[in-house]
Amino acid sequence: MISRRQIVEEFRRSRAGMAGAGILAVLIAMSLYAAIAIPLESFRQWNNPNYWVDYPRSAAPSWTNVGILGPKAPQHIILSYPNDASVSRSSLNGINLVTHTYTVDFDYDSYPSDFMLPYDVKYGSTPPILQVDVSRPDGKTFRIYYFSLPPSQSTGGNEASARVFSSDPKVSENLRNYYGDFKYQQDASRPEIMIFSDLQHSAVLKGKYMFKETFYLFGNSDAVEKSGVVLGGKVYGLMGTDESRRDLAIGLLWGAPVALFIGLTVSIASVLIGLVYGVIAGYKGKRTDEGLMRINDVFYSLPTLPLLVIMSVAIGRSIFLITGFLVIFGWVGMAKISRSLALQIKNLQYVEAAKLMGQSDIRIIFKHIIPQLLPLTFASIAISVPAAILGEAGLSFVGLGDPSIPTWGQILHDANSAGAAASGVWWWVAPPGFMIAITGLAFVLIGNALDSIVNPRSKKI
Amino acid sequence: MQGFQRFLITRSINIVIVLFSTLTLTIALLGSTMDKTLIDSINASVKEEVSQQKITFHSTDEYRKYVDVKIEQQIKSVGLDEPWYSPKRFGNTMIKVMTLDLGKSNSFTSSSGSSSVRDIILERMPNTILLFTTSTIIISAIGLYVGAFVASKAGSVWDRINSAFAVFSGSFPIWWIGMLMIFAFAFAYHIFPARSTPLTQPSDPSYIIDLLYHMLLPLITIVLVGFGSWAYFVRFFVVGILNEDYIQAKRTAGISEKKIVYSHALKNAAPPIVTVIALSLAASFGGAILSEAVFDWPGMGKLYYDAIGAFDYPIIIGVTYLLTVIFVLTVFAADIVYGYFDPRVKVG
Repeated sequence: MISRRQIVEEFRRSRAGMAGAGILAVLIAMSLYAAIAIPLESFRQWNNPNYWVDYPRSAAPSWTNVGILGPKAPQHIILSYPNDASVSRSSLNGINLVTHTYTVDFDYDSYPSDFMLPYDVKYGSTPPILQVDVSRPDGKTFRIYYFSLPPSQSTGGNEASARVFSSDPKVSENLRNYYGDFKYQQDASRPEIMIFSDLQHSAVLKGKYMFKETFYLFGNSDAVEKSGVVLGGKVYGLMGTDESRRDLAIGLLWGAPVALFIGLTVSIASVLIGLVYGVIAGYKGKRTDEGLMRINDVFYSLPTLPLLVIMSVAIGRSIFLITGFLVIFGWVGMAKISRSLALQIKNLQYVEAAKLMGQSDIRIIFKHIIPQLLPLTFASIAISVPAAILGEAGLSFVGLGDPSIPTWGQILHDANSAGAAASGVWWWVAPPGFMIAITGLAFVLIGNALDSIVNPRSKKI
Repeated sequence: MQGFQRFLITRSINIVIVLFSTLTLTIALLGSTMDKTLIDSINASVKEEVSQQKITFHSTDEYRKYVDVKIEQQIKSVGLDEPWYSPKRFGNTMIKVMTLDLGKSNSFTSSSGSSSVRDIILERMPNTILLFTTSTIIISAIGLYVGAFVASKAGSVWDRINSAFAVFSGSFPIWWIGMLMIFAFAFAYHIFPARSTPLTQPSDPSYIIDLLYHMLLPLITIVLVGFGSWAYFVRFFVVGILNEDYIQAKRTAGISEKKIVYSHALKNAAPPIVTVIALSLAASFGGAILSEAVFDWPGMGKLYYDAIGAFDYPIIIGVTYLLTVIFVLTVFAADIVYGYFDPRVKVG
């Protein structure tokens, strides 16, 4: 047997093992980042379409937009109060004016696909008025909206909460006043184009745009709760978005802790169960061994996926249940290995001596045999992680994953249902599978490196 | 052959136990749900029957009573008045599953328009078997050759590339590789169709050719992901044998290295290769089933995927059972081959 220090030292020398440890460190960093920096709400609301309305549909990652390969597609821009707004207040004849100003640096080669201005105002009796002015890089200012806000349908009379869309006829009506500024025919029914057009010729006017949203509040306790600017674009974020507008970067990040949880819980539980089971069979021998190994044989020849499917269909799909199901099939291999090793160890002199001293079987198994197998146990845990991760991913892929959380397998399920691969949405297909593969790979590399250190048989070849 | 016979018997008992316990588990888990869907379908059919008979009722109460009595009779005649776990029902259900007599599917039909579960599943089964036997044969041929090749050059660059490839492809979900292949060869380059269900009718004589063309992309994917680990196992065992004394003796006797590797060593490495390969085949079985769903290949895996999406229990149960049978038989066959080759089993 080798000491712990020797194992660490040899592991450090294994290049594959260190590569695996490096990948694992990145995954842990991702999980920590997700837990600390990403709002937990995005994890809970992953499958709620309302949470993602501000995001673009099937937008490519923004780094594909380098501008060298061709025209620079417009970035999807989401600005909201209070983070991105500069707020100013004034008062006019007893009316409170609150102005939220958003600055957009627009230097793309094509127009935004649309825009929305979400708002939410609480008021006493008179509905507030919203006035929206857009000042353009060339110094012109277009007043695109000036209207009293309708009371919200859902929350009752005292709140106006909705959004102004670029397709709103009131916006077009206001924009018609500026036809004279353009040297050519403009179309006010496409505000997203007219607002961002050059006055001289039909092209995008690049530069800084300011969206000034002024709320006229008629009551003293009236307050603006929410405002913002959403400019529809073709690219968004680090990893793009899917067809239901979800930000894939967030889904991929949340997938890391989930995969690590499933992989490690399942492999630790099943390896420990298999270890104890196998050692008992090997140590006891005779009838016990025969019986236990028959049961083991049965489990060995059960087809995992179909039975996992049946169990999640019938029992449930929560992440903890899935973890349990995977353990049911996970312990079998370790039981076989630890049994054969226990057969060797039980004939060693010190075990025989312990037996002669009258120590109980349980004490011998847990005190003298299992500690000898611990290094191998660690290697086996690492090696059996990928199977657990692939098992959960496969289950999620057929649509039986936990519906309340994002996992990589579920992202791929959604991508497959939407035909993402055949329609070229590669950013929806490639990254989640890559994450599954790389996570599995990390544990395989670590496990193989550990195994070749602690398992003398695999060292030889 | 005494030992081999005993081995055969224990293995056979094992597969019977496996099939029996799978069935029991399936029925125990889905029994009540199945009963509910059966009663629902009886309700619907009785109501339809009554409305077609054009009996005039004086009140809605009378109509309801009439229908209730009819439903009751039907439920009794099918035996649904007893719970699913009563011994009679349990045995009946088991026989029904084994003969795939699972009634009608709610959301699927076979190409001839039948909605009987047996027709639907049996229509898909040949496609699954076609795809997986073809890919298994190709994988084993490539795997044996590549494995023996790198074994003869153990420690070389080829050897290391092969090991790395095996580790990589082993941790990749095969269905994901399938999606990437569709992106590459159906979207970026239009070489293969994105959906593997042929558009020609099965009665058309050109159907077979069309089917084989549609099979190419899934086949290439399964082979690509599969052969790496086979080659790795073959190499592992062949290298072990190449170090044995009798091989050294053959070398000194002047037999060519090629003949030693591909004939003598490979033959002696066969028993462990067969078992390990069968087990790895069994392990990749689930993934291969899922790749049918990715490629839209008209086999049982695709049916399974769709049935789960539609919560069509009769189909789910039927396909689970058949997949289990195929899986268990594969493992069993591998066991037998192993036992036949391995002298230790013969001795008992």
